[in-house]
Amino acid sequence: MKKILNGLAVIGFLLVGSAGVAVAAEEANHAAEPTHFPIHKPKEMDWTFAGPFGTFDKGQLQRGLKIYKEVCSACHSMNLVAFRTLEDLGYSEAQVKAFAAEYEVQDGPNGDGEMFTRKALPGDHFPSPFPNSAAAAAANGGAAPPDFSLIAKARGVERGFPTFVFDIFTMYASNGPDYIHALLTGYDEQPPAGMEIAEGTHYNPFFVGGKSLAMAKPLSDGQVTYEDGSPETVEQYSRDVSAFLMWAAEPHLEARKQTGFAVMIFLVLFAGLVYATKRKVWANVAH
Amino acid sequence: MSGGHSTYSPKTGIGRWIDARMPLPRLVHDSFVSYPVPRNLNYAYTFGGILSIMLVAQILTGVVLAMHYANDTTLAFQSVEKIMRDVNSGWLLRYMHSNGASFFFIAVYIHIMRGLYYGSYKAPRELLWILGCIIYLLMMATGFMGYVLPWGQMSFWGATVITGFFTAIPLVGEWVQQLLLGGFAVDNPTLNRFFALHYLLPFMIAGVVVLHVWALHVTGQTNPTGIEVKSKTDTVAFTPYATIKDGFAMVVFLAVFAYFIFYIPNFLGHPDNYIQADSLKTPAHIVPEWYYLPFYAILRAITFNIGPIDSKLGGVLAMFGSIAVLFVVPWLDTSKVRSAVYRPWYKLFFWLFVINAIFLGWLGSRPAEGAYVIMSQLATLYYFAFFLVIMPVLGLIETPRRLPNSITEAVLEKNKSGSAHPAGATAAPETRG
Ligand code: HEC
Ligand code: HEM
Repeated sequence: MKKILNGLAVIGFLLVGSAGVAVAAEEANHAAEPTHFPIHKPKEMDWTFAGPFGTFDKGQLQRGLKIYKEVCSACHSMNLVAFRTLEDLGYSEAQVKAFAAEYEVQDGPNGDGEMFTRKALPGDHFPSPFPNSAAAAAANGGAAPPDFSLIAKARGVERGFPTFVFDIFTMYASNGPDYIHALLTGYDEQPPAGMEIAEGTHYNPFFVGGKSLAMAKPLSDGQVTYEDGSPETVEQYSRDVSAFLMWAAEPHLEARKQTGFAVMIFLVLFAGLVYATKRKVWANVAH
Repeated sequence: MSGGHSTYSPKTGIGRWIDARMPLPRLVHDSFVSYPVPRNLNYAYTFGGILSIMLVAQILTGVVLAMHYANDTTLAFQSVEKIMRDVNSGWLLRYMHSNGASFFFIAVYIHIMRGLYYGSYKAPRELLWILGCIIYLLMMATGFMGYVLPWGQMSFWGATVITGFFTAIPLVGEWVQQLLLGGFAVDNPTLNRFFALHYLLPFMIAGVVVLHVWALHVTGQTNPTGIEVKSKTDTVAFTPYATIKDGFAMVVFLAVFAYFIFYIPNFLGHPDNYIQADSLKTPAHIVPEWYYLPFYAILRAITFNIGPIDSKLGGVLAMFGSIAVLFVVPWLDTSKVRSAVYRPWYKLFFWLFVINAIFLGWLGSRPAEGAYVIMSQLATLYYFAFFLVIMPVLGLIETPRRLPNSITEAVLEKNKSGSAHPAGATAAPETRG
């Protein structure tokens, strides 16, 4: 009996093991013409908002907003974000009002039944650069630039086993900003010799959707002026805009972590008290 | 009630007045205060209580979310984001509800594994077990429909793939699929009916939980030894003993739950669901939520035709079969011994089953290609062999270890061989409390 069972168990393990080796071998074969994307995994960056006590760096968010406004907003909408929420970035009510007034939004119909445009108010959302997604795609070689409101949560390169298990304990939740940063700084690598890059697309080994994408390198050194003396480099721009996009996607991140700390402290103390009570209740009962 | 006749005696005039007319306080007292439970229950037995609070938590957060949610394909995604951004503590509600579903499933999986390990399904608890299986099925349906509501890419494509399974059923398949969808493809009618059902099913679960607990209170709980309660010394009163122990387990469980809500709220979700549904853009990999992955792996493992059954129908049958087989477990297990503690071989196969189930879950998240297919097939084979071959055969050929005569004997024996500490601080792992 024992022998039969042992034998069966061994056969089972051998079969599963050999299948595993086969998968590994198959993946090695794909190195020449990649079929799994991204070609490179994004680098993990240090973000001020990571970890249990993470907070946004307001200066960084303001710089990120500037990048968005001056560069990305030409193509990317951000239509779930209202101007009024920019007060989170450290702006006063008056500053937000003035900022909104630089945009025009459509409103109406008025008393005559006509639609009209007016200056945006703090309650309005960021207007889209294109009237609709078909127009956006037509203007960008067939690929519509995705909306930015949630992009920092809507992208994330798969972490793989066993990293994803460790991520629980390290509280890794920066997949989105890490990816955006990697994408924006990843244009300089040249495609390997012999790799075909489709017309109108740009090689980027960090892109999750393939080997190249319709967006050309959007940032270059010195393109945007910073008033606070931060370096005007692609690296710095990318970090700032990624952090800003994290804020846009998760505006209550700070409140979440602060509430979380209070809740965790309460639960741990409460658990201790309940455990002490439990010990007392059961003290004289063998179990 | 198994605890003999009622010990409830109301102390106040009002209490006696109510008791003579509608003895609800008596029912509560008999079920949750004086109700006798085995004295040797370990923490694996606390998950029933944990499940109960998770169900309540899901209903409470769900009802408030429903007050802000817009059930229309053009508005659903934006309304969920409005909850996340503008509703007071809306982000908290939503993260509690979405992570709550995952933790509900974590609890139910541990609860089911506890049942399989300690033989909780064996006579006279077959109906109790089957009611549990019905709860589990209802949970799966509720979770699936809930995931469609935010109307993200995975909502849409998950719904498309899963309702597509039904077309594999001969004759009525197409009709069933169209009934589910309210049309020919996932669209506004689908969203409307899923929302209505997602609101309804948790209350049906609550109803079945009442039956489940009723059945439990007729047969009484099992315990790690698998020996039935024989005398009064085998049990302790539910309150304070089980209440405080369940309470401690609940707080610890909630702490882990809170860690996910506040620090890694999107860890268990898929990034694609933060992209609004688009019927023209198919995601590269369509994956269901993690708690369905083992079944998804089983579905995709059947890549070959079996006689007249083509691979698609075969996959669907295997997937439904993998859940259906749970219902007949009480009759598949032939062992006279209930608990795995006394069944060395069953214990080994049980843990292999657990590892295999987790492995299947991982395979479900991989693309169905190359060696993953072969691994899924082997793992699927073990999944079914565990129930259909190992359970019946092992019960007949295995030599169990010596059983103690009673729960009390087992407890005292353990404490003697352990330490002098009366609470049995250094107990064997199976009975540590
Ligand atoms: C000239 C128009 C244009 C500008 C300016 C632009 N983008 Fe893009 N972007 C696109 C297009 C088009 C796509 C879609 C690419 C595709 O799917 O092939 C895109 C896609 C993206 C993506 C998503 C990639 C993915 O994983 O799908 C990110 C992130 C992004 N852009 C970031 C930025 C940032 C940050 C800026 C500002 C620094 C910016 N873009 C400026 C046109 C632009
Ligand atoms: C909403 C989901 C569920 C709730 C709220 C729930 C609740 C409970 C409660 C409160 C208990 C008593 C405490 C305990 O022994 O753990 C219990 C026992 C039990 N449950 Fe569940 N349950 C659920 C789902 C399930 C499922 C899916 C199964 C199995 C397929 C199941 C099988 C059992 C069995 C067999 C017992 C008896 C335990 C024993 O005495 O060994 N339950 N349940």
